[in-house]
Amino acid sequence: MDNTLFKQYQQLLKKEKRFVRLYQIIILLVFFGGWELLSRLEWIDRLIFSSPTYVWQTFIEKVSDGTLTLHVGVTLMETIIGFIAGTLLGTLIATVLWWSPMLSKILDPYLVILNAMPKVALGPILIVALGPGYFSIIAMGALISIIITTIVVYTAFKGVDPNYSKVLQTFGATRWQTFKEVILPASFPTIISTLKVNVGLSWVGVIVGEFLVASKGLGYLIIYGFQVFNFNLVLMSLLIIAFFATIMYQVVELLEKVIIKNNG
Amino acid sequence: MEFLKLDHIHHSYFSSTQAKEVLRDINLDIREGEFVSFIGPSGCGKTTLLSIIAGLFPATEGKVFIDGEIIAPHNQALIGYMLQQDYLFPWKTIEDNVTIGLKIMQRDNKTHKVTANALLHEIGLPHVGSYYPRELSGGMRQRVALARTLAVNPKILLLDEPFSALDYQSKLKLEDLVVETLKAYQKTAILVTHDIGEAIAMSERVFLFSANPGMLHKVFEIPSELQQLSPFDVRQHPAYSDVFQTIWKELESLG
Ligand SMILES: Nc1ncnc2c1ncn2[C@@H]1O[C@H](COP(=O)(O)OP(=O)(O)O)[C@@H](O)[C@H]1O
Ligand SMILES: [Mg+2]
Repeated sequence: MDNTLFKQYQQLLKKEKRFVRLYQIIILLVFFGGWELLSRLEWIDRLIFSSPTYVWQTFIEKVSDGTLTLHVGVTLMETIIGFIAGTLLGTLIATVLWWSPMLSKILDPYLVILNAMPKVALGPILIVALGPGYFSIIAMGALISIIITTIVVYTAFKGVDPNYSKVLQTFGATRWQTFKEVILPASFPTIISTLKVNVGLSWVGVIVGEFLVASKGLGYLIIYGFQVFNFNLVLMSLLIIAFFATIMYQVVELLEKVIIKNNG
Repeated sequence: MEFLKLDHIHHSYFSSTQAKEVLRDINLDIREGEFVSFIGPSGCGKTTLLSIIAGLFPATEGKVFIDGEIIAPHNQALIGYMLQQDYLFPWKTIEDNVTIGLKIMQRDNKTHKVTANALLHEIGLPHVGSYYPRELSGGMRQRVALARTLAVNPKILLLDEPFSALDYQSKLKLEDLVVETLKAYQKTAILVTHDIGEAIAMSERVFLFSANPGMLHKVFEIPSELQQLSPFDVRQHPAYSDVFQTIWKELESLG
């Protein structure tokens, strides 16, 4: 009896899952189909809104002349480095703040200001300071996530149940040992969750950085397409960004699952 | 010759708005190998006193001697501290949890596994070394916490309400295990509890504290015929309820 009920329940779940998938696919098809249709019927301006077939043609063109791989490669590299640098530096600063409660008290208002500040506004200054090139774009990608990482991770460090530290202190643990054995591992879930936020932020930083200076990369393609009024190129770049940003997010989520599994 | 000596301990906590006197003039001696209990109303400073004995922070006044040595932060004696919950690290295996103290003290790595296995065997959990804490029940986890404190071979054990988060059956079993194990290793131990029965069942002497500020109110010697028995058997003994009544009345009189 129980068994048949359970089987029914499982089937219900499966059915629900299929239903959800179906509608997700329908939305996708309606979006691209509608886009294509509206564009062919010239209900929307083909020059501005392009169409899936044009975007696809542009894509094939750019892939076959080898330029697309270059642009994608550059942007991906900048984003990944910016993202890792932002997260690592943020965590490092959080560590320093945890280490020195005095310093954290002193710096508190500045963190608030820096956090409230829209980091992309610093773009021009970065470019002047670091020169127009990969370096300032990566710096943008990192800068945009450093402060928020610092704040979130530092809060996590402070939120670790003091009894865990007490256990180690009864064994005479040094501050560094306490950090390494308790504070850091206990905060891993938080650090991973900031990774998820930082993936998105780093894309913003890098694309804006490329808008400002680059001569390569997807952000550059968007600006270039805009300037020569080639919106096929702009929309293609957008779709590629959406694709890779999603992949990066999924990778981080996978990482989260692996790490959290041994942490809960 | 006393093993642990508290000499005129006073303690106050300071905050920006007030100074709160928590302990006043605590003097007591505990012999080597003795098992004693601290009882008293909650907030009377029992946890504070244990922390001071452990050398986690200094008392505002007074001295602690363990085995003739004065205790202060950075001059801690080897103590084993058990808390109300197990506080096993969820990201470490049971074996690594048991040996964390040895790791902190940077004792020889090669013997860790042997020590862990021996202790897990001792506490009746010989096959869980590779498990994670979440895979064990509350009672099992608290037993692992006991193994962790014993792993560093401490001079004295401080047990801060270690059974209060457990169900009654696990608690009774663990009481027996703790007394048995500590007798076997001839450890000196202080148990903090709010359960009079537990104090009588496990210890040789019971120290009753009064609150606001915390002061040592009275010391009860548990009859020697009870001291011989396991905690479980003490609770069945005819003399048990007399002792219980005596301590209960005294505790009531504190208001
Ligand atoms: N870190 C602290 N700072 C300020 N007050 C504290 C601190 N720890 C405990 N207290 C206060 O000291 C008193 C005694 O606490 P505690 O030692 O935990 O008592 P018990 O363990 O007997 O319940 C309580 O009133 C508590 O609020
Ligand atoms: Mg307490």
